[in-house]
Amino acid sequence: MLRSTLILFSIFAVYAANSQTLDLLDDDESSPTTEYTFATFKTNRVVNGHSIETVAKNEFDFKISHRFGFLSGGPYDLFGLDQATMRIGGDYGITDNLNVGLGRSNVDKTYDGFIKYKFLKQSTGEKNMPVTATWISHVGMATIKWTQPNRENYISSRMHYTHQLLVARKFTEGLSIQLSPTLVHKNLVDSLSRPNDILAIGAGLRQKLSHRTSINLEYYYVLPNQLETDKTNSLSIGFDIETGGHVFQLFFTNGQAAFEKGFITDTKAKWLDGDVRFGFNIARVFNF
Amino acid sequence: MKKITILTLATICFGMMAFTSHSGGIFKTNTGNINFFSHTPVEDITADNHKVKTAFDATSGKMQFSALIKDFEFPKALMQEHFNENYMESTTFPKSTFSGVIENIAAIKTGENGIYKSKVSGKLTIKDVTKDISTEGTFTVKDGVVNAKTTFVIDPTDYNIEIPKSVAGKISKEIKITVDADYKHAH
Repeated sequence: MLRSTLILFSIFAVYAANSQTLDLLDDDESSPTTEYTFATFKTNRVVNGHSIETVAKNEFDFKISHRFGFLSGGPYDLFGLDQATMRIGGDYGITDNLNVGLGRSNVDKTYDGFIKYKFLKQSTGEKNMPVTATWISHVGMATIKWTQPNRENYISSRMHYTHQLLVARKFTEGLSIQLSPTLVHKNLVDSLSRPNDILAIGAGLRQKLSHRTSINLEYYYVLPNQLETDKTNSLSIGFDIETGGHVFQLFFTNGQAAFEKGFITDTKAKWLDGDVRFGFNIARVFNF
Repeated sequence: MKKITILTLATICFGMMAFTSHSGGIFKTNTGNINFFSHTPVEDITADNHKVKTAFDATSGKMQFSALIKDFEFPKALMQEHFNENYMESTTFPKSTFSGVIENIAAIKTGENGIYKSKVSGKLTIKDVTKDISTEGTFTVKDGVVNAKTTFVIDPTDYNIEIPKSVAGKISKEIKITVDADYKHAH
């Protein structure tokens, strides 16, 4: 008797389960779909360097980047605010994954351009991909007057190139980590003993504090015996605020230039000496 | 004897299941449309979801909807990202559902061409917050296809959707939801 009651009960249980709220729909989770991860970073820069993010098709992301003087300048320089270096430029989406950009920085009066392509997207479900990966190639041209105008100078000596593979994973809603193996090529170096090709690896981390704010860390480690002894690695800590159409990135960094060759291979200031700059990037997206 | 009783009961139960899911006809679609529209003097915001799963039972009047938040398409990619990440938190709350009844189902003849006014009420779930809603709409039967249309208004703050003060002027407290679905008889 007990057994038949149990059987009867289980039959009714099946019936009851069948008549739950959405019983009319084929709403089972098992149907094969791919969920792509989005918003790994708030914007297409971690701090100084690029993130894996790209601007969407036909969108133009106008960027103004400022880095002030050293905090160690004290009240006399208003903690560095008396001096500023800046880059003005923008990123444009040819497609959702292919971007191009142009910029001009007052550091060495440098023009820079880049092409950026996102070729892997982190996803779960039917298609499982642990990371998002983006390739970016930059070209830069310093147009500042020659320091030694009397020797024979070539246009090509003004050029430098940077290639980066950006690989990032959004581990949780709040935490994203990026690794950025980087090759910088300078056509002209300071001395014969220095290599033209410089290898570095960047690491970036984003931790969200709220829906619209996050803390960002960025470090570029240059492999040893490549840079002049007075050069150092660039370390930045930043705070992102997203307000809808704008992203404000406020940060402290020892890098001066807002383009890759500059902050990766030309950084001289050391955090430990207090030679840290306050800076900000303002990004505004326009739609066409 | 016991076995026969169980067998009979089982047959009745399965019979009931078969009865509820087939008789009277279930009308379904996986391509229903939901649009939302927020109007403020500063900005109009609109998005469409063309992949809404919905069905109704022409006998009992039961009506159900299931919409994936990620399937809402915005004219601006950045708006869509912010909608998913900041407002709807679609990774945590991927789905919005409705389950209710068509109150005058007996008056709607799915076999005859015609236009029928109706009232649908039930439970709307957004971000795991469930509220009772009731709306008036129209069923239009044409050559076996049943179109259902309705418009109603919701307040985003009722559904745990946080709107920061800095953008409060851009997002309406009265968001107009328009539902438009073409159902076909399902077997």
